[in-house]
Amino acid sequence: MSTEPPSITRDEVAHLARLARLTVSENELDVFAGQLGDILNAVAKVSEVAGADIPPTSHALPLTNVFREDVVRPGLTQEQALSGAPKSEDGRFAVPRILGEEA
Amino acid sequence: MTTNTVDLVDYDEVLEKFDPVMGLEVHVELHTNTKMFCGCPTTFGGEPNTQVCPTCLGLPGALPVVNKIGVESAIRIGLALNCEIAEWCRFARKNYFYPDQPKNFQTSQYDEPIAFNGYLDVELDDGEIFRVEIERAHMEEDTGKSLHVGGADGRIHGADYSLLDYNRAGVPLIEIVTKTIEGTGERAPEVARAYVTALRDLLRALDVSDVRMDQGSMRCDVNLSLMPKGATVFGTRSETKNVNSLRSVERAVRYEMSRHAGVLLSGGSVVQETRHFDESDGSTRSGRLKETSEDYRYFPEPDLVPVAPSREWVEELRGTLPELPWQMRNRVQKEWNLSDAELRDLVNAGALDLIAATVKAGAPSGEARSWWVAYLTQQANTQGVDLADLAITPAQVARVIALVAAGDLTNKLARQVVDGVLAGEGEPDAVVESRGLKVVSDDGALLAAIDEALAAQPDVADKIRDGKVAAAGAIVGAVMKTTKGQADAKRVRELIIQRCS
Ligand SMILES: [Zn+2]
Repeated sequence: MSTEPPSITRDEVAHLARLARLTVSENELDVFAGQLGDILNAVAKVSEVAGADIPPTSHALPLTNVFREDVVRPGLTQEQALSGAPKSEDGRFAVPRILGEEA
Repeated sequence: MTTNTVDLVDYDEVLEKFDPVMGLEVHVELHTNTKMFCGCPTTFGGEPNTQVCPTCLGLPGALPVVNKIGVESAIRIGLALNCEIAEWCRFARKNYFYPDQPKNFQTSQYDEPIAFNGYLDVELDDGEIFRVEIERAHMEEDTGKSLHVGGADGRIHGADYSLLDYNRAGVPLIEIVTKTIEGTGERAPEVARAYVTALRDLLRALDVSDVRMDQGSMRCDVNLSLMPKGATVFGTRSETKNVNSLRSVERAVRYEMSRHAGVLLSGGSVVQETRHFDESDGSTRSGRLKETSEDYRYFPEPDLVPVAPSREWVEELRGTLPELPWQMRNRVQKEWNLSDAELRDLVNAGALDLIAATVKAGAPSGEARSWWVAYLTQQANTQGVDLADLAITPAQVARVIALVAAGDLTNKLARQVVDGVLAGEGEPDAVVESRGLKVVSDDGALLAAIDEALAAQPDVADKIRDGKVAAAGAIVGAVMKTTKGQADAKRVRELIIQRCS
């Protein structure tokens, strides 16, 4: 296991900000790089305690195969579904256009 | 955005200089009653946002629960594709910001797919078998549908805003990914089409999906790159998304081969990007630059516990696999005594499944074949539709064949019954009734018609009495005329000869 303390570069913060669609100023990049580095360091302490024989945990409960029968259950009406939307049109959610991207 | 002006290289020249390398990703929507992680219905074509709930809208506090049939279908697909089934696997969140998923992530599987390491043997047009290796089949969910408002062509660039319908968000999807397909040479486009065709037939036999490419319940992404002859390192690939017909799969591969070659031969480098296929001219155009998988920041889905199919369950599901298309083909080839070429003709004409279903409904294979490849194929051609889309079912064809075998219909009358069924007049028996097509089998009625015909043509009657039986043809003709073709000509002939002896 690496003993080097984890760190995060300014460029990595800028990349993450772009993926999260957040505007981050030049000044904030330095601030966040420092803060995120501290968080990573704190989390890394867990690795010091957990030995190689302890598998990473993704779920708190030792459960598998929790399934649902394929039976329709009542959901929301269109009116209910759209009730929290800032904007809607023709029964659909209206969202700002997305620049330079297409799924 | 990259520019769309490229010099396409002639296909033969592409092959002289490069080897194509392909990867095919097929998304198939399962036809479960409900979505993958919630109980919303999956029916196609509902009013927008009427098949939604807090879970598939990503509202705070909502928790997903896995659809059991979704998992079973994934395992059955994996087994049919000769895959190993994971003993333990998890769902993962694929994070991205695009409003087609209101959660801002898609629930998918990342490095732990439920099925992996399989293959599908694909039959090419000349009967050669090409093995396509399967990398993985994993479970995920479909996205909502976006409608872009404003802008010149209704597409996203220049759109003023977008409208979202989440009825489809969360519908179970299985993504089936091939390993790298090499060694196809000039047959790359054909292999791609044959693979998607074989996969579609397989999924249809499994009865897990509607597999309607035209309605989007089966979609194909084509990854393609070129390697200069003799090179050992793959070139940069493009990913052409949502290619939505079998023919388009073939065209997309061919177009991308010519385009890549154009870029490479002019000294440029291929951009790793998503491209969109244009059905109208078979070209592709640049979409977004591809995000790398790190950019999706996959992590295990904390709200869904792992799936750990027991080996007993997997074997139980293996037992539910129906006769698969290639098994059916092998069986009927033996049972019907077909040559390879005859079998291939039936497959290519889209007739094999229909004939097999007609035989299953009780018809002898010879008659079933003859109806589908002759009269019904003619009707399909006249109507300009695929054989399978004719308005007659294999069971109805089998019923017509049974009526002929029982002597209730002559072949000529049977064709009229089929015409009636095709015209929407109902079941074969109803058409026989309403059109009055039953064979006149009452000897009394036939004898009356025979006597009348003999009386009308006394010279012919004398010839028959003198032993010239060939002359009976004229009387048979006359009787068929008076019975409007609804008599069995053989029986009429017998009765005439009896009458004149
Ligand atoms: Zn829902």
